[in-house]
Amino acid sequence: MIRIFSFLAGLFFAAALAWSLVLGTIGLSHDGLPHTVEKAFHEHPHAPAGGFSFDGGFGKFDNAQLQRGFQVYSEVCSNCHALRQVAYRDLAAIGYNEAEIKAIAAKAQIPVYDPKTGEVKSHKGLAADHFPPVVYAGQGNPPDLSLVAKARHGGSDYIYSLLTGYTNQPAELLKKFPEAKTPDGLHYNPYFANLNIAMPPPLTSDGQVTYSDGTKATVDQMAQDVAAFLMWTAEPKLDKRKQTGWTVLGFLLFATVLGYMSYRNIWAEKKGH
Amino acid sequence: MSFPWANDYKPSHPFMVWMDEKLPLPRFVYNAVGGGYPVPRNLNYWWNFGFLALICLGIQIVTGVILAMHYAANQGVAFDSVEHIMRDVNWGWMLRYAHANGASAFFVVIYIHIFRGFFFGSYKAPREMVWLLGVVIFLLMMATAFMGYVLPWGQMSFWGAKVITGLFGAIPLVGEPIQHWLLGGFAPDNAALNRFFSLHFLLPFVIVGVVVLHIWALHIPGSSNPTGVEVKTESDTVPFYPYFIAKDGWAAGAFLLAYCAMVFFFPNALGHPDNYIPANPMQTPAHIVPEWYFWPFYAILRAFTQDFLIFPAKLMGVLAMFSAILVWFLLPWLDRSPVRSARYRPLYRKFFYALLVDAAVLGYCGGSPAEEPFVIISQIAAMYYFLHFLVILPIVSSIEKPDPLPYSITEAVLGADDHAALAAKA
Repeated sequence: MIRIFSFLAGLFFAAALAWSLVLGTIGLSHDGLPHTVEKAFHEHPHAPAGGFSFDGGFGKFDNAQLQRGFQVYSEVCSNCHALRQVAYRDLAAIGYNEAEIKAIAAKAQIPVYDPKTGEVKSHKGLAADHFPPVVYAGQGNPPDLSLVAKARHGGSDYIYSLLTGYTNQPAELLKKFPEAKTPDGLHYNPYFANLNIAMPPPLTSDGQVTYSDGTKATVDQMAQDVAAFLMWTAEPKLDKRKQTGWTVLGFLLFATVLGYMSYRNIWAEKKGH
Repeated sequence: MSFPWANDYKPSHPFMVWMDEKLPLPRFVYNAVGGGYPVPRNLNYWWNFGFLALICLGIQIVTGVILAMHYAANQGVAFDSVEHIMRDVNWGWMLRYAHANGASAFFVVIYIHIFRGFFFGSYKAPREMVWLLGVVIFLLMMATAFMGYVLPWGQMSFWGAKVITGLFGAIPLVGEPIQHWLLGGFAPDNAALNRFFSLHFLLPFVIVGVVVLHIWALHIPGSSNPTGVEVKTESDTVPFYPYFIAKDGWAAGAFLLAYCAMVFFFPNALGHPDNYIPANPMQTPAHIVPEWYFWPFYAILRAFTQDFLIFPAKLMGVLAMFSAILVWFLLPWLDRSPVRSARYRPLYRKFFYALLVDAAVLGYCGGSPAEEPFVIISQIAAMYYFLHFLVILPIVSSIEKPDPLPYSITEAVLGADDHAALAAKA
């Protein structure tokens, strides 16, 4: 009885799927596989030459690079993008001392809503404050960057590729997809998901910022530094995580070997090892 | 329960004697996972995954309870409270990564455990109840994992919740009221987040309860084994302690090595980047995909693209997705072969491997965008999935000629000659 019922149920599902399959195949034979401009021209993010200092199991953040990246963020990105998950006190982790952190925080104005008067006032930033929001009233807010390195496929490689990837639309693209011309106000970038990004190229010329450590501020260098900095804002515990990981794996390996030896020992008479 | 030759619990310390009279908990443990539980001596490493699943459940409960101390189930602050855990709570990043990857590890282990059951016929009499309870545990795990994924209130949390609760909307007539009742609103918001948090905390303890029943039901006939031949004599078994404690122990070490490598070195490899973007009801992600362990079922859901007879495509998809798991409940009665182990079932073995490949194909399609060629592939794969359980298995089990079985477990381990010698000695 149960098998008669199951036969019928099985054939019912199979028939419904076959129906979908037949109609789908007919549709496919008319239209062919989806062929979109994104599929044809989207490029996968790539790492900068030499990769990032924090790549791989033993990779670590390079504080000098993170400080340069913070400088690029402060002078360029922060005009539009906030870092609301990050507090000024967190900057201690990338090598700033207390006085420097207080000075950095004091440059910011932190908006505070006063429930007594209904006004939004602001106070000078303190080490305990988070980076303030960036608001363009009525124009929408550019995305917060605190987690962006974990919120995009490719992470820091994506940020680096995007920042250095602005280019003119290839002639081939316009020939194959004439309707895909980048609309006014948008900018062609093959690393962006739909190829046209609202953000104008932020890093346009070498020497746009002046690094205090003497590093030459090429566009490529600035893009690398800010990508590294944003990896830090997204994953500030990366160094500690990997360091702890090796200790944990070492201990587990030791315990597992001991466990395996005791297993062999206990089973010796049963298995004759 | 258990076999007549099982070791008897003999407390030696006066306190344990006293304890045994008042509350025989040590006796219970001894008989359940100690020297008092005889286990077939020929279990292979596929039999370690039940124990590993227990470890996963333990990891999830311990890390989850601590995370709940720092998490705030309110749609205004849920996302930020998770970031608070990642940044400001001592070792919070480790707890959260251990919990998120612990869910994946749990499903890896459980899928192996389930396919172990498919291959070695663990669901067959007299262990049907063990199997049925196992399917219940799997359903509870899926519900728990789904609700847990909603809690960080990222983009995939929100849109995943919207899609999955939207499935109930496919039920004719009462679908929409049910959907609104489940969510406590017209779309996922604070009411949904709060109830999901409450249930996400509750269900793991329900799972613990069903696990106890699962192990209890297992201990009545005793464990199955790779030959599928039932235990006959004492020489077929060894006591659980120390033999299988030792084996499970080192297997647990090996498992934890792989798991910790994920937690500490690839913590986000199995997650979706979009879940690091706060939930935004006004912006739909390009591709809404669930976590990887739901992909095969998600592929089945999306394989139904056309209305069939009087059934709308969406309803068919929902029916099929739930049936894909519910069909496991019927398995003990669909597969009527008296031989348990696929080692001795040449024809069934081929279909088993076909199912394994089929599940992998469905998984791959479920994780891919809903476009060709993935739709067509998942339609073929889903068709095989249902035919496998509902049509092929009953037919195979009646036409197949199984290979000869060993006389006993001891014979399978030691060979026929040693077994004869042992029998002569006895």
